[in-house]
Amino acid sequence: MPSAGSPAETLSVEVWRGRDEGRFERFSVPHRASQTVLDVVTWIQRHAEPALAYRFACRVGVCGSCAMTVNGRPRWTCRTHVSKVAADGHLRIEPLRNLPRIKDLAVDLAPFFEKWQRAQGRFTPSRTRYDGLAEVNPDAPARKAVDAGIECINCAVCYAACDVVSWDDEYLGPAALNRAWTLVNDARDADRKGVLRAASRGGGCHTCHSHGSCVEHCPVGINPTAGIAGLKRMSLLALLGRGPE
Amino acid sequence: MIFRSRNHLGVWAATAHRASGVLLAVFLPIHFLVLGLAIESAAALDGVLALAENPLVKLAEWGLVVLLTVHLACGARVMALEFLPWRDSRKGLIGLGALASLAVGVVFLFQVL
Repeated sequence: MPSAGSPAETLSVEVWRGRDEGRFERFSVPHRASQTVLDVVTWIQRHAEPALAYRFACRVGVCGSCAMTVNGRPRWTCRTHVSKVAADGHLRIEPLRNLPRIKDLAVDLAPFFEKWQRAQGRFTPSRTRYDGLAEVNPDAPARKAVDAGIECINCAVCYAACDVVSWDDEYLGPAALNRAWTLVNDARDADRKGVLRAASRGGGCHTCHSHGSCVEHCPVGINPTAGIAGLKRMSLLALLGRGPE
Repeated sequence: MIFRSRNHLGVWAATAHRASGVLLAVFLPIHFLVLGLAIESAAALDGVLALAENPLVKLAEWGLVVLLTVHLACGARVMALEFLPWRDSRKGLIGLGALASLAVGVVFLFQVL
């Protein structure tokens, strides 16, 4: 078992323990080169507190499971280097904001994914398996809008960063609306009108205050504010009879 | 601690928009009250308008003009974000609005006061 070194080589880590009621517990963790915040949490769970609950899967920034609040900001912990966020050797790790807590650092993502469904964030095929492949022009402006938002990993960092989500339980949030934006721009989707309707009713795109916290925190560089603004414009055009077909 | 995730230009612009709106809302009843004096008598209105020569009132006047510009610039920014084709100029628009408010404040200070 690695032991904690001298103070300069040791991180002071405060970790939230409990559910809504709880406390911060302090751990001393050896500081390593190229260490990520997820490495720190894993070290604590393996060497200091086996009962610590947290969630991760891929460890390489693909699955979106390991997001937590690190020193006050929501982040993907597997790709967040300690050296970038804890220059003074101190880390405070909490569960994500705006989601029900389960235990310690694990939150319940069900409301987040339910809102994806409410925004009709699912593809409705316009072809069957017996039809040929759809031709997609990568240079079409609508396709470029899809490409700009399609790489979302569902980590809920934007959802945790958004103040409007904290104020309004009904608000669908940046990730679900970004997904809706990619669908209303996808020529292959058979129900783009339905997606726009779902994304622009109460709690939808018009609830966004354009603070841009989602853009500031998205770990994969997506701009949900741009997509939500696009949905607002599109719903206005639909009102004037120029919406998606 | 969660304040850290809010410490960026977008949130500051939204805060400036709201704070200037609230302060202008506080000013409006006073404004209407003074205008209402004109119905009573010219002397009553002139009596209050004479207060405008007081340096403190002049300073408040300057603050009012700056607040109006800040509120206008922040509102125009939101309209531009939501109704114009997206140009990734979020922070540029905030900078432009801040610059416009500053310019109006400086012009008002030197030309009007």
